[in-house]
Amino acid sequence: MNWLELTSLMPLLLVASISVILLLLLAFVRDHKLTCWITCLGLAMAAYWAFADMGNAPQQVTPLLIMDDFSRLLGGTVLLASLACGWMSHAYLETADEIREEYYILLSLAALGACVLVASNHFASMFIGLELMSVSLFAMVGYMAHSKQQANMTLEAGVKYMVLSGVSSSFLLFGVALIYAYAGNLNIDLQVAADGPRLQSGYLVIGSALLLVGVAFKMSWIPFHMWTPDVYQGAPAPVTGFLAGAVKVAVFAFAMRWLMMAQDDYLDLLLLGLTVMAVLSMVVGNLLALRQNNLKRLLGYSSIAHMGYIIVTLAASATLGVTALSTALEGAAIYLITYASMTMLAFAVISQLAARDRRFESGTLTHYQGLLFQQPLLAGALMLAMLALAGMPLTAGFIGKYYLVLVAVDSQLWLLLSLLVLGSSLGLYYYLRVILVLCKAPVSDSRLILGASEKLLLTLLVAVTLWLGLYPTPAIEWVQLAIQ
Amino acid sequence: MQLLGIIISLLGGGVLALMVGRQSAAASRWLSLVSLAVASVFYASLWFDTTDPQATSLWLLHMDWPWIARFGIHLLLATDGLSLVLIGLTLVLGYVALLSAWHEINHRSGLFYLNFLFTLAGVVGVFSALDLFLFFVFWEVMLVPMFLIIAIWGHEGRRYAATKFFIYTQASSLLMLAAMVGLVLLNQQQTGVWSFSWFTLTQTDTSGSLGMWLMLGFYVAFLVKLPGLPVHNWLPDAHTQAPTPGSILLAGILLKTGAYGLLRFVWPLFPDAASSFAPIAMGLGVISVLYAAKLAFAQNDLKRLIAYTSISHMGFVSLGIFAWNHLSLQGTVMQMVGHGLSSAGLFAIAGLLQQRLHTRDLDKMGGLWGQMPKLAALSMLFAVAALGLPGLANFIGEFMVLLGVFQVEPWAASLAALGMILAPVYALIIMQKGFFGTSVGTQAAGTNNVLDLNTRELLMLGILVVGLVLLGFWPNLIFTITAAPVNYLMHLGTGG
Repeated sequence: MNWLELTSLMPLLLVASISVILLLLLAFVRDHKLTCWITCLGLAMAAYWAFADMGNAPQQVTPLLIMDDFSRLLGGTVLLASLACGWMSHAYLETADEIREEYYILLSLAALGACVLVASNHFASMFIGLELMSVSLFAMVGYMAHSKQQANMTLEAGVKYMVLSGVSSSFLLFGVALIYAYAGNLNIDLQVAADGPRLQSGYLVIGSALLLVGVAFKMSWIPFHMWTPDVYQGAPAPVTGFLAGAVKVAVFAFAMRWLMMAQDDYLDLLLLGLTVMAVLSMVVGNLLALRQNNLKRLLGYSSIAHMGYIIVTLAASATLGVTALSTALEGAAIYLITYASMTMLAFAVISQLAARDRRFESGTLTHYQGLLFQQPLLAGALMLAMLALAGMPLTAGFIGKYYLVLVAVDSQLWLLLSLLVLGSSLGLYYYLRVILVLCKAPVSDSRLILGASEKLLLTLLVAVTLWLGLYPTPAIEWVQLAIQ
Repeated sequence: MQLLGIIISLLGGGVLALMVGRQSAAASRWLSLVSLAVASVFYASLWFDTTDPQATSLWLLHMDWPWIARFGIHLLLATDGLSLVLIGLTLVLGYVALLSAWHEINHRSGLFYLNFLFTLAGVVGVFSALDLFLFFVFWEVMLVPMFLIIAIWGHEGRRYAATKFFIYTQASSLLMLAAMVGLVLLNQQQTGVWSFSWFTLTQTDTSGSLGMWLMLGFYVAFLVKLPGLPVHNWLPDAHTQAPTPGSILLAGILLKTGAYGLLRFVWPLFPDAASSFAPIAMGLGVISVLYAAKLAFAQNDLKRLIAYTSISHMGFVSLGIFAWNHLSLQGTVMQMVGHGLSSAGLFAIAGLLQQRLHTRDLDKMGGLWGQMPKLAALSMLFAVAALGLPGLANFIGEFMVLLGVFQVEPWAASLAALGMILAPVYALIIMQKGFFGTSVGTQAAGTNNVLDLNTRELLMLGILVVGLVLLGFWPNLIFTITAAPVNYLMHLGTGG
């Protein structure tokens, strides 16, 4: 490994070093604030490195990882989402009767796993990244196990996530094994050995279908979504934010590399399955969200729908030539970035509220009644997040939706386009419901006081969500650089 | 830069009104008035520039800044006579709505005026954006503050109405977005250039079946906003539940954005598709005119009744636009302005009555003429304006539309003319039930001193009366300004 490879791997090394430093530190000092600071600082440095490195030549680091602009951009996005998650966790954990510091070790490990996943172009590193992320998440989802209020929910969520995640991983692993049996190596772009494939192509079909099931579970595409609402509701709010923001970005980034960038064969084989999952996720996800009374559960179904929309880009890249592929990649990357920003915004609001009163995350929507007049900043940010998720212009969500429409029209995917329109229209209903609850007359006059760092986090997330909507040009240029 | 001045003074005024609203509601009211006044000053300067007889171009370009270079999207704002007239209407009705809000809105005033001024800014943007992407942004952005106005300050069923309003508009505009993207891609395939500019896209060849589908995407979005049958269903709820200033804005100007879209985009962008679709659109227009008039007659709720008359009048607009000749288009513009003024007047009256009687139910009114002669007389005037009495602006509009339509589709004009009979029926039933007959209205209010209009209210209604009469006797005030733009649109819309 030469110097260049080492520096390009720096973001991953930085994140890995956070967990080591914290482990050593905790042997001597237990200080929640310091731990949180170190984590956030490390993640920020890693993200900065990733973005600053963009434009440099791609580096294949060992056969396992490739650090190209795509890894840097989406890895940086994942790191920023993790940073937001770590930041919002501080206030949340402060009010938990739980050992706090180890949480940040898990968080940095999960972020590391997500980054490995983004950068992997080998099935082995993909699996390592995915498992590193998932295993850390089992513990994070169930982290509030000793809290009287939350123990039941959080443990249920943790166990559910662990069992189903384990099952899906075994599917995924079996799929990888079959692909290996067919091709003779584990490269993601399927370089079949010189003397031809060793088995019939039927094994490739089955193997890749099983691999897709594993991916679909993490993306919570219907019908592999069963865990989503319960885990979203039961997990601590910052962890749900990580699940919704960072994990989805990382897994879809891998799917893009595997299905879109690598080889066309795969995608053609899987197209029918993908289309079915897209149709189900867009329609059923939105329909199930309509009557939800818990905000996190509602956002769970909404994320199912959003992940259904993004399949449009996968389907598009299977249909036409090179220009369509690049537009589809561009659209997918933009959608992931915008989705991460607005999701993190929504969960930042929820976890700041939940830090004060856990009923905001476990109870019904009525707790949010009149929030606009009690805490305008939080309610305004939540309103913005809802409008962004609904795809209103001048927010990040519109740029993402615009790209999906563009990709769908460009590739003439009329079925998916009409369902995209239908699904978004259905979606309006529940996003508006949240906004309407915020606007109702408040039940009490008590006002919530926010700390300076909480305000700063909200302001930054609001700024990113608006900036992506108001002036997306820089983001588009970065994405274009990344997909070349 | 005047257009930018108008938009920025409205947006800035809104933000300031929110900030001072915490301390004092009165301050935020006056601040809104000031920001409207500043916008009017910019508008006056815009008026002189656009109507300058020495002007060489039809267009007054205000701004053309690159925005999203990847797709050739620009911040492109410009006005011609048509935009000028509609922006003028927007500002005038802004004053009227502000005056009607003066004492009606008394909680969370700062937030109200923020939403109010943002709606106005959005509408001004819609009337002046000539980049389709930017147009779409304004189109959507005016929706959110209006939604909040209905949802927070509306009447008993406000949340249902607001949600319905939002979903109808947003769902249809997603179709428009898809059609817009399709059009841009078509243009990109033909010329190799990404552009959302109206000036470029009107040169795109949109004949063929694809053009028809794209046209329908735009048409549905504008038909929802207009509204026309069969997608009118949001309107009665939204208008009824909105607070008075909200109803005035909705009926007076938000509906006009739909008509403006049909005029500015549907025909010029898709001349072939629009002309082959015209008979169907005119048929829908005729049905709107007659069916909505009948529904209006059947209402007890005063605001609901007025809402249905709006649908009926907008049927004429639909007819006039799809007849697509000079006479009918000029008539359409006049109808838009006339209906804006008269429906604003009727909604203002409904708001005043509700404030005094705490009911909108016509059955609980009656005999109000004796108690409120001024209010009753003005109601009479707006009612006869709505039914198309000669001497008032609406008559000119409807008459010219019918003349124009008769040249193209005599059957449509003949059927729509029946609307002229139904209009007096619904207009006079308001007078009959509300103002004549025995006095039950005061019992509904439980008090004997129902007040007549005060100076502020007289001023508010006076603005509208002056407009209606002025345009009724001197329609050339508008026709001279809109003649050239209408000719230009016709030139584009006939495939030139």
